[in-house]
Amino acid sequence: MGVRFGEDQVLKNLDFSVNKGDVLAIVGPNGAGKSVLFRTLLGLLPYSGKFEWAKDLKISYIPQKLAIDRELPLSVGEFIKFKQKDKAKIINILKSVGIGAEHQNDNEHYLRHIEQHVLNQRLGWLSGGQIQRILIAWALLDNPDVLLFDEPTAGIDIGGEETIYNLLKKLHTELNLTIFLISHDLNIVYKYANNVLCVNKEMICYGIPATVLDPNSLVKLYGGEAGFYQHENHHG
Amino acid sequence: MDNSFILQLATGTLVGLGAGYVGSFMVLRRMSLVGDALSHVALPGIAVSLLLNINPFFGAFAALLLVTILIWLLERKTEIPSETLVGIMFTLSLTLGLLLTPEPELLEALFGDITQIQYLDFIITLVSVIAIFIVMKKISEKLMLGIVSKEMAQANKIPINKINFVFLFLVAVIVALGLKVVGTLLMGALVIIPAATAKNTSVNLSQYTKLSMVFGVLSAFLGLLAATYIGITPGPTIVLTAGIIFMVTLFFKRK
Repeated sequence: MGVRFGEDQVLKNLDFSVNKGDVLAIVGPNGAGKSVLFRTLLGLLPYSGKFEWAKDLKISYIPQKLAIDRELPLSVGEFIKFKQKDKAKIINILKSVGIGAEHQNDNEHYLRHIEQHVLNQRLGWLSGGQIQRILIAWALLDNPDVLLFDEPTAGIDIGGEETIYNLLKKLHTELNLTIFLISHDLNIVYKYANNVLCVNKEMICYGIPATVLDPNSLVKLYGGEAGFYQHENHHG
Repeated sequence: MDNSFILQLATGTLVGLGAGYVGSFMVLRRMSLVGDALSHVALPGIAVSLLLNINPFFGAFAALLLVTILIWLLERKTEIPSETLVGIMFTLSLTLGLLLTPEPELLEALFGDITQIQYLDFIITLVSVIAIFIVMKKISEKLMLGIVSKEMAQANKIPINKINFVFLFLVAVIVALGLKVVGTLLMGALVIIPAATAKNTSVNLSQYTKLSMVFGVLSAFLGLLAATYIGITPGPTIVLTAGIIFMVTLFFKRK
């Protein structure tokens, strides 16, 4: 498969497959075409060659980062109601993504907490980690089979990053989701993905992370930075 | 209060209502200056209407629609950002309008004159504002989703380009409606200020759009009353009223 914008060949020679329940990590430097690949998979861009999803597959997409400002007058509740109006379903999904987890033992208290501190809040007032959870919840409301997740932890502190990945892992097991995941961080790839696709305008490697992420392909992928990444994964 | 003043109040209030609603999304989409610039585009349309002796609303609307389509197309076909395009169209239209408009009518075209309003203008306004409400209700969620994340909206099969075009069309309608009330130079203000005011004071979307409408209505209503009572030009008084309400709400801004 390939993608071009006018004269620019943005992606070429991609050839990979993903099975149900897989976690595929997509790695590559900035501008390598990872997000373009996602948008192509979502059917938003024209492409050459072919790709196929299994029949009747529901695909949900979680963007890298919301470009909203703190002043945007939109409450979390309104944002969720764009998709789901049923209160019980909303509460359930918020629970499953760990929103307000510290209040979950007392049900009544939890409902009040969610109402006041989550649903009636401005979306732009939430922390990066909370917004990410809300976006995951929003994607899950469709009961998707596949999640496309673009840099899940861009702009989130290290602690929050860890918990977002744990949440993804939990959802992956509980809901038998197939997950496509764009990441910069090779540690994350080793820890959470069972397949990896390295992209830098074209496919550089594809397969099980521990086998295909060898020094050679890392040099090809990141150029001079490769040493740094390699070093990290010896410790990771 | 004579019949024609009630007609003025009714028309002005309706325009304030529609401007508040459409304006609320223009502010969210960071189109504040687009509205301002677009309102100037109407001038050559008004000029042609005056020369042909037809209702200026139609000329203004035709000019606005033409430029809106042009901007929408150019934005998609070329790499020129829309603010540059709007800037070019805006200055060119203003120039053309100034050259074409007969001198006696120029002041009225620039600043509006609601005292000249006819029953037909009221009917046009009423029908258009009702249409604006129906369409806005249909597209507002999709517009909002496009503001939150364009990709996410597209991934949810929302035809963003189409929705944007429909919205621009509504902007053209409300701007054309406002020309009689506050004029070409000031219509941008009536679209933007009530919405900016509402943004100061609201947490969620439904509250925000409702407040924006309320502030639009209040500006038009109180401005008209004040203008008649003091005996000054209504258009600028309406905009000034909107400005004063904005200043007041700054003190209540929610952090």
